[in-house]
Amino acid sequence: MAEVRSRARELTKWAVTLPPTAFLVAFFLLPALIVVAASFREPGEFGGLAPWPAHSLDAYRFLFGDVIYLEIFARSFAVAVLTTLICIVLAYPLAWLIAHSPAKRRDLMVLLVVLPFASNFLVRIYAWIMLLGPANLLFTPFAVIIGMVYVHLPFMILPLYTNLENHDPAWLEAAQDLGAPAWTRFWRVTFPLSLPGIFAGSALVFIPVIGIFAVPELLGGTRDILIGNLIKQQFLEDRDWPLGAALSILLTVVVLVLAALATWGARRRRHGAKAAP
Amino acid sequence: MALLELKNITRRFGALEAVKDVSLSIAAGEFFTLLGPSGCGKTTILRMIGGFDEPDAGDILLDGKSLAGVPPEKRPLHTVFQSYALFPHMSVAGNVAFPLEMARLPAAEIKRRVAEALSLVHLGDKAAQFPHELSGGQRQRVALARGLVNKPRLLLLDESLGALDAKLREEMQVELIAIQRAVGITFVFVTHAQDEALALSHRIAVMRDGRIEQCDEPDKLYTQPANRFVADFVGKINLFDVEVLAAGKAALKLAAPGLGEIAASDPRPLRVGERGAFALRPELIRIVDQKEAIELKNRFFGRVKELLYLGDVTLYKVELANGGVVEALMTNAAPGRALFHEVGDAVAVCWRHDAGVYLRN
Ligand SMILES: Nc1ncnc2c1ncn2[C@@H]1O[C@H](COP(=O)(O)OP(=O)(O)OP(=O)(O)O)[C@@H](O)[C@H]1O
Ligand SMILES: [Mg+2]
Repeated sequence: MAEVRSRARELTKWAVTLPPTAFLVAFFLLPALIVVAASFREPGEFGGLAPWPAHSLDAYRFLFGDVIYLEIFARSFAVAVLTTLICIVLAYPLAWLIAHSPAKRRDLMVLLVVLPFASNFLVRIYAWIMLLGPANLLFTPFAVIIGMVYVHLPFMILPLYTNLENHDPAWLEAAQDLGAPAWTRFWRVTFPLSLPGIFAGSALVFIPVIGIFAVPELLGGTRDILIGNLIKQQFLEDRDWPLGAALSILLTVVVLVLAALATWGARRRRHGAKAAP
Repeated sequence: MALLELKNITRRFGALEAVKDVSLSIAAGEFFTLLGPSGCGKTTILRMIGGFDEPDAGDILLDGKSLAGVPPEKRPLHTVFQSYALFPHMSVAGNVAFPLEMARLPAAEIKRRVAEALSLVHLGDKAAQFPHELSGGQRQRVALARGLVNKPRLLLLDESLGALDAKLREEMQVELIAIQRAVGITFVFVTHAQDEALALSHRIAVMRDGRIEQCDEPDKLYTQPANRFVADFVGKINLFDVEVLAAGKAALKLAAPGLGEIAASDPRPLRVGERGAFALRPELIRIVDQKEAIELKNRFFGRVKELLYLGDVTLYKVELANGGVVEALMTNAAPGRALFHEVGDAVAVCWRHDAGVYLRN
C-alpha cells in the first residue's frame, strides 16, 4: 500500500516537473549549446556561419588579442555596479515607506511600483529620449545610467520591500528599550537584517544591466558602447557570428563567476558571524 | 521613597478606556505582579512605564522624578518582551552585549559582564549560538540576561513565561525568583495566570477592565479577597449570594438560598438585611459521614454528585438537600486508600465559622 502511494508520488513529481524542464531544455539549454558551438566556427561570407566543418579559435584569439574588448567589459561592469548602487539608495527609503504603511495602502503602493510594466518598454525609453533630448543630455553616459536605473528600480524595490515587511516591529522596540537611538537602531538592526533583500535585488538588477543593449543603444552615444551593443553588432551589423557567440559566452561566464562569488561571500558572512562572540 | 510610582494613570484608545485612574507604588527590590484577564490593560500599563506609550492623564515617577517626555532609550529600565524580540542576526553573546554597547562600556568590561549574565541564566556554553538554534526556554533566558545585564533600575516582564510548556514554566518560575533575589533588581511582571502570580510575587495588583481591584501580598489576596471578582479570579472558590441575618464580629449569621444559615465572622460593622456574597475556599471544607459527631457550626447534609480525582487531591461536588452545590477539596493522604467517598454517598460538608469571607456588594 505504502509502496503504491510512494510510486504515485514519484509519478506526480515527474508529471509536475517535466513540462518546465522540457521547456528549459528546448529553449534555453539547446540554444546555449548552439551558441557555444557557433563560437568555434568560422563566419560565413554574407553573415551566418561558414559551411560545416570549417572551424577555428579565431573568435577567441581576436577577443583576447585586443584591449578594446576588455575596456568595453570594464565599462559595462562599472555601469552595472553604479546602476545597482543607485537603485539600492533610491529603493531603500521607498521600500521602507511601503513596508511601514497601513496594510490597505501598501497593496496600492506595490501596484504603483509595478505599474510601469503595463506600458511597453520601448515606449518608455522613447519617453526618456523626449525628456533628455531638449535638455541636451541625450547620448551621454548620464542618460544611460538614468535609463538603466529607471528600468530596473522595481526589481530592487520589490525584494527589499518583501524583506522589510517581514521584520518584527518588536526588534526595533527592543533595541530602543535597550538604549539605541534612531540611527543606531537602523544601522544595527534594520540594515543588517535587510541584507538578504539587498542581495536579491542586486542580483536582479546587476545581471540584466550588464548585458542589456536596448538602453545604451537608444540613450547612449556611439563612443561608449557596452558589451550588449557589441554582441548585437557582431550578429546584425558586422556579421561575425562566431565573435558574437564568443562574447556572449564570456559575458555568461563573468556573470556566473560573480554570482558564485556573491553566494560564497554571503555564506561565509553567515558562518563568520556565527563564529564571532 | 517608592522606586516607581503611578499616579492616577488613564489611557484611552478612542472610546475605550484601557486604563482607568490607576495608582500604584512599587518599592525598590520588589517583585511586583500585574494580574488580570486578557484585555484588562496590563500590557498598556507596561508600555507606558517603558515609554512606548504615554498616559492621557496622570504621571509616572521614577525615584520621584516624572518620566513624562523621556523616550524609551533614555529610561533606566528594560523590558523582556512577550515574544522575546531577540535580534536574529546576532549571537546569544551579541544580543546580551547590545545594551552594554549602547551604554558605551569598554570592550573588556562588556565581555566580562556578558559572561557573568549568561552564567546567571545557565547559558554560558551557548554564547556563540544564534537565537534560532535555541529552545523556547533558552531564548527566554537570553531575553532575561539581555534585560538584566545593564543592571537597570527596573525590569518589566510581559507574560514572559506564557509561551513555555507547563514543566519548563515551573522550572523558570523557580529560576526567576532565584535570579531576582541574586541581582536585587525590581521586577514588574505581567501575567494572566493566577498560580504564577501567587508563586512569584511579593505583591500582586489584580486588574479588571483597566482598573485595579485589589493590590496585596499573595496570601492576603488569597485569604481576604476584596470582592467577588478577585475571589473568583484568584484560586478556586465557592461563592454564595447571601443576606445578613444577624451582625456581630464573631456571631455573623448569613442566609444563603440553596444552603441554609451560615455562621461566619467579620470585623466590620454590618447592617442586618444587607446583601453580599459568601466566599469559601474548597480546601477549608471537610466532608464527613452524616453520622459523625462534629464540633463545627456549619454543617450541611448532601450527596456526592461528582468527583474529580487529581492524584494528590480530589475535588468533590456535593449537592445539598436545599439544592445548592458545594465544592470541597480533600487531600488523598491516607495510605492504601484512594478515595474517601464515592459518587452517590450521603455525606455532610462542614467548615469553621471563620473559614469563609463575607463580601459586600
Ligand atoms: N494601540 C491600541 N489601539 C487601540 N486599542 C488598544 C491598543 N492597545 C491596546 N488596546 C486595547 O486596550 C485594551 C487593553 O489591552 P492590553 O494589551 O493592555 O491588554 P492585556 O491586559 O495586556 O491583555 P493580554 O493578557 O491579552 O495581553 C484591550 O481592549 C485592547 O484591545
Ligand atoms: Mg498583554
